[in-house]
Amino acid sequence: MEATKKEHELIVSVSPHVKSEETTSRIMWTVSLALLPAFLSGVYFFGLKALFITALCVVSAVVFEHFYLKLVNKKSVVGDGSGFLTGLLLGMNLPASLWSFSPFTVHVPIIATFVAVVITKQLFGGLGYNVFNPALIGRAFALISWPRAMTIWMTPTASFLTMDAKTTATPLGILKEAGMSELIKVFGDKVSLYEHLLTGNRAGSIGETSAIALLIGGLFLLYKKYITWHIPVSFLGTAALIAWVFGQKGALFAGDPLIHLFSGGMMLGALFMATDYVTSPSVRKAQLIFGAGCGALTMLIRLKGGFPEGVMFAILIMNCFAPLLDRGFRSKVFGAVKTVKEIKK
Amino acid sequence: MGLATFKGGIHPPDKKILSASSPITATKPPKIIVIPLSQHAGAPCKPVVSIGQEVKKGEMVGEPGGFVSAPVHSSVSGKVIAIAEFQNAMGRMVNSVVIENDLKEEWTALKDSPDYMNLPAAELKEKIKAAGIVGLGGAAFPTSVKLSPPKEKPIDVVIINGAECEPYLTADYRLMIEKPKDIIEGLKILMKILGVSKGFVGIENNKPDAVRKMQEAAKGASGIEVLALEVKYPQGAEKMLIRAVAGREVPPRGLPMDVGAVVQNVGTALSIFEAARYGKPLIERVVTVTGEGIKEPKNLMARVGTKISELIEECGGFRDDVAKVVAGGPMMGFALSSLDVPVTKGTSGVLVLPEEGVMHAEDYGPCIRCGRCIDVCAMGLMPSMLSILSEKGMYEEAKEYNLFDCFECGSCAFVCPSKRPIVQLVRLAKSMVKP
Ligand code: SF4
Ligand code: SF4
Repeated sequence: MEATKKEHELIVSVSPHVKSEETTSRIMWTVSLALLPAFLSGVYFFGLKALFITALCVVSAVVFEHFYLKLVNKKSVVGDGSGFLTGLLLGMNLPASLWSFSPFTVHVPIIATFVAVVITKQLFGGLGYNVFNPALIGRAFALISWPRAMTIWMTPTASFLTMDAKTTATPLGILKEAGMSELIKVFGDKVSLYEHLLTGNRAGSIGETSAIALLIGGLFLLYKKYITWHIPVSFLGTAALIAWVFGQKGALFAGDPLIHLFSGGMMLGALFMATDYVTSPSVRKAQLIFGAGCGALTMLIRLKGGFPEGVMFAILIMNCFAPLLDRGFRSKVFGAVKTVKEIKK
Repeated sequence: MGLATFKGGIHPPDKKILSASSPITATKPPKIIVIPLSQHAGAPCKPVVSIGQEVKKGEMVGEPGGFVSAPVHSSVSGKVIAIAEFQNAMGRMVNSVVIENDLKEEWTALKDSPDYMNLPAAELKEKIKAAGIVGLGGAAFPTSVKLSPPKEKPIDVVIINGAECEPYLTADYRLMIEKPKDIIEGLKILMKILGVSKGFVGIENNKPDAVRKMQEAAKGASGIEVLALEVKYPQGAEKMLIRAVAGREVPPRGLPMDVGAVVQNVGTALSIFEAARYGKPLIERVVTVTGEGIKEPKNLMARVGTKISELIEECGGFRDDVAKVVAGGPMMGFALSSLDVPVTKGTSGVLVLPEEGVMHAEDYGPCIRCGRCIDVCAMGLMPSMLSILSEKGMYEEAKEYNLFDCFECGSCAFVCPSKRPIVQLVRLAKSMVKP
């Protein structure tokens, strides 16, 4: 019987027998690709130091993950790109000034990566099980351990090879210390301030400064349906609303939302960090609350807290609530809401 | 305005082109047929023949074993050579009647009723019951039971399911192209039995010619409407179809009759017509034999009891690298471990898949909580949680996440980037706890 010769080799598995082409690694690599414009703009403004710091994080992330998994006898998943992405995000969240040999701070990114990849991600069970965004924990750890080194901001120079850059304050730092009129004075006028914020020609972490480059990457992910609008829109919308209402000391409804949206880690946070699948809710309605929470906490810290920037802590705090939000906003089972429609005769 | 549909769902490549243009052809008469005494949801039949007995084509060989049951008939004329347990498509052993075909094709006496539309409803229902008709869409639920709703559940609409949302399958499509009038007659009979004045035919819009043919056939028939539906899996699931066509949602764990609806597949409607008009029992059905792994995809009129391996031969046999053979469609069908199993009333297709494209069960990763499965679940469940809880052995907790509302459509597993075997994990959990 020619037709049945295959009998003993047939694969028997549970339906469905066809699957979409989407894979976890394709998602991770695509998100990494979407970060490329912002990363390149970081390198453009902060020079080789930015490149070295990011590369250091990416390489350490991949190496740490690989050896940790070997150590505990698990299959290495370096190819899935999630370690690479964590390293990339962490690097882009650090100041380029860390690439410095006196004082020596090159160990900071390496240790931060270890905290991110091994402690935050793998010790919690690996991809899919971590509660907190690994890159943000890595950054928070570095900020708490080396507060000085982590807040040395280089003046964007746009001269690629400069190794000894002048330092300066971030726009949010100036806003916190000296107020709005001073911030505008530093950049000349308001239009010039917006221009600098949009292009990324301002002090800040490597990958957070260019709002335009981040938006390009974010829109690409939205278009590819790798993220949905829920978190970015509720995050940015809430932050903008609060900035507008309470942003100006002494007067309501007089704040400037745009400055808040385009400065600090707002764009990077809302588009790439808060949208991390694992540490955000997966129910869309819950994502709206999650995003709004991130936006509100960010602005609370920025306007009332001790730090000039609040995106990182806001997202980390909301990470804790992600599972709870998912449970609370579960969609209704089909048919649970009664619908009996008369049929027109 | 968009076409009628439901919330969620997926768009798998439909692949219907492989077999869509092949007209329904009869298979060679099988030499031996194996008729399982349980081919339907409900009580198995009791055999009413004995070994050595001569039977005619269409003669009853197993009588219903309860209210929810349907008789089975011989699909050939010949001699009963065995009554024993044989493997079925699901891999289970089922008591079956084996008949050797004498190739004389002698029919048992059938009762012709040219004026079937004037028969009383009870008599029509009796004909359907006696013909052993069950749902041909795959679930194989006895039709006569659906036609006997309890008094407190009045039915006001009959829907014929022509969605055929499973990729690859074209059996229903061919029937709608080739026998649209008979299907509409079947619908009229159903409406008469249930005393209903409104009937629908719902067809996915990837079959515009079927929509047209059916609309033509329904012209002049009062109260019958043929609707084109959005192309989206699982559009043909009963609950989704009722939602799309009638705008009603069947409550969780409820039945279509809870919202006054009865749904029958197009193949079933045709069998109903043939039973009412010619007294013909359900002994054959259209089976789509298709997939990239088969030489000549076809739509075959196959007799119940024919071995799957014979259908494959009829279609030129396998191509080289066949890895999987599925009874039914790719989304909900059963992978066969043996081709030596018979076609039953519920076999809508035989799908032959080559090595490439077949996922190996062990190649899956952790849930990355991307939410894709939640977006597509037509039942509004959280498949991610169901799979995680089942994996951890937390079956009771899975129940809290509406485990038993999952109808295993496979949409979630289709979209999962981690390739998680969600349906498999759901089935495991279901087997470990009581509903
Ligand atoms: S689609 Fe897969 S990875 Fe995504 S949430 Fe569902 S189960 Fe998890
Ligand atoms: S298989 Fe179950 S959980 Fe998955 S999409 Fe279908 S109904 Fe939802």
